Amino acid sequence: MKEQAPDTQAMNSPVASSEATSGGTRVYAQEVAPPVTLSVAGVSEEGRATGSPAEPPVFSVRNLSVYYGKNLALKDVNMDIRPRRITAIIGPSGCGKSTLIRCFNRMNELIPGARVEGEVLYHGENIYAPGVDPVVVRRHIGMVFQRPNPFPKSIYENVAFGARINGYKGDMDELVERSLRRAALWDEVKNQLKKSALDLSGGQQQRLCIARAIAVEPDVILMDEPASALDPIATTRIEDLMQELKQDYSIVIVTHNMQQAARVSDETAFLYTEVDEATSARWGILVEFGPTSRIFTKPLDKRTEDYVSGRFG
Amino acid sequence: MSSVSGEVAAGASAGTGRKWQRRGLSRRADPLFLLLAALSGVLILLVLAYMVISTTGTALPVFTKEGITFLTGKEWSPSAGKFGALPFIYGTVVTSVIALVIAVPLSLAVALFLTEYPVPRRLRGPITYAVDLLAAVPSVIYGLWGVFVLLPLFLQPAADFLNKYLGFIPIFAGPPSGLSYFGAGVILAIMVTPIISSMCREVFATVPDSDRQAAYALGATRWEMIREVVFSHSRSGIIGAVMLGLGRALGETIAVALLIGSRPVVDASVLRPGYSMAAVIANQFQEATGDHIRALVAIGVVLFAITIVINMAARAMVWRFSRL
Repeated sequence: MKEQAPDTQAMNSPVASSEATSGGTRVYAQEVAPPVTLSVAGVSEEGRATGSPAEPPVFSVRNLSVYYGKNLALKDVNMDIRPRRITAIIGPSGCGKSTLIRCFNRMNELIPGARVEGEVLYHGENIYAPGVDPVVVRRHIGMVFQRPNPFPKSIYENVAFGARINGYKGDMDELVERSLRRAALWDEVKNQLKKSALDLSGGQQQRLCIARAIAVEPDVILMDEPASALDPIATTRIEDLMQELKQDYSIVIVTHNMQQAARVSDETAFLYTEVDEATSARWGILVEFGPTSRIFTKPLDKRTEDYVSGRFG
Repeated sequence: MSSVSGEVAAGASAGTGRKWQRRGLSRRADPLFLLLAALSGVLILLVLAYMVISTTGTALPVFTKEGITFLTGKEWSPSAGKFGALPFIYGTVVTSVIALVIAVPLSLAVALFLTEYPVPRRLRGPITYAVDLLAAVPSVIYGLWGVFVLLPLFLQPAADFLNKYLGFIPIFAGPPSGLSYFGAGVILAIMVTPIISSMCREVFATVPDSDRQAAYALGATRWEMIREVVFSHSRSGIIGAVMLGLGRALGETIAVALLIGSRPVVDASVLRPGYSMAAVIANQFQEATGDHIRALVAIGVVLFAITIVINMAARAMVWRFSRL
């Protein structure tokens, strides 16, 4: 499906282009969402700017709460992540941004004592349902971390890692090249694939980590402050790359950088810390979620307005 | 900068007092300490050199008389003046190999269990402590425990079992004995497991958590994560730990002397009694005289040489792996 996307996108009519974007998601285009329903929503300007509301979400978070031991870390979050959009999660330190994004691929349960309540529906299926293997979940949902963390192996082996453990049977050389090209790193490393990944610069390492995530062929990429350890130029490259990647992937990004959220994202979720005065216990709540342009210009909640205008955080 | 230091130098040379100098003992403390430290370092080298020279000197007549047959000869009869040390070299090597074959997987399992699995804290602490404590038990205790408890309870039955079902393989040929290369190897394995596993545990703890997370996020199972991330990070550390264990196994004396059966022969079956280098020195030194003493010292020299070679090989391997 992905290979066809550029052709269909070349067409000009809004209907055709919205169909083309729907074609990128392997599961939906074929089984759930017939293009006919999309053409209804896809024609309006508003629909194209923020994602057609009729298109089913990749993730539906329902009444999600996370506990670390006895401590509530994140309280009752409800939100939908739209396909092939960049969704930013912003908020002050300690408000549960990372906790929330790690719920999307069940990484939280690697922390002893972590417990998740509620549902995270991925294409309509609860990934926290009994019998769902978190290992299989993580093979569908890629993740990029705050610090570039390539393995101390060669560049090639880093990209091939996920495919190898998933028993990839195809042409590995081709997969590695495709993934590196997709992550805008191929031209820089094509002559040194055998070199250690640790010899790359920080920005290159982070793009390698993106290539490594892409090589597993996920349809969602989670990015937990992917540029916070990088210099401005490397940051710009990552942001440009995200714009390219959203043609094919749904991206969720945690960032503490509001300008970055405003620059790159289509939708923004604002999290904030609630404090229980009696026990001084703190937990994160989702204050507001909507199109990025609205969150930054006409926020509905006072706390959002204070945060995006830089009054705290 | 240069003008300031120029002024200070000018002031000092003009003899404007000792304002800028430390007084009393503290002025000499640093040079004194340097001297002490240097002396200690040199002393160690001298002791080592003296040990090598004096033992080799004592053993030299045996080496020259027996020549290469000292290493290859199978006959050891001091009364007849025949000194072939192969049975002891063979025994040391075989028991050490048996020890490592058993201890390495066991140690890795213990270390992985304690570092990579969510063991409850109430269990992790005591297990860790117990493993470390095992390394501190004197070897004579292991030896006695081996003879009085492990031999009737496990070693003899295990030897019988191996001989009964695998006896067609020469290394498990009979008649089986608990006091054997196998018995000594098992007790050595128990002795070196705490050493290897606590060092592996330290090494595993240095694997960056971000690498573990990266592997999990790519859909790795726990075992795939361990294989690809933990092990590949720890290769040189694991080799170092194994070599440390091997060093202990090669030199272990009393526990092996109690369990190996003390028979100076080269036997292909690990279920038969044999002898080891350290054990024969300990057992025979008291009543030895003349050439016999020199021959025992010569065995010591060979053991020393083997240990050095293994140590160097280990360093080379660690160096190679750490550069990959």
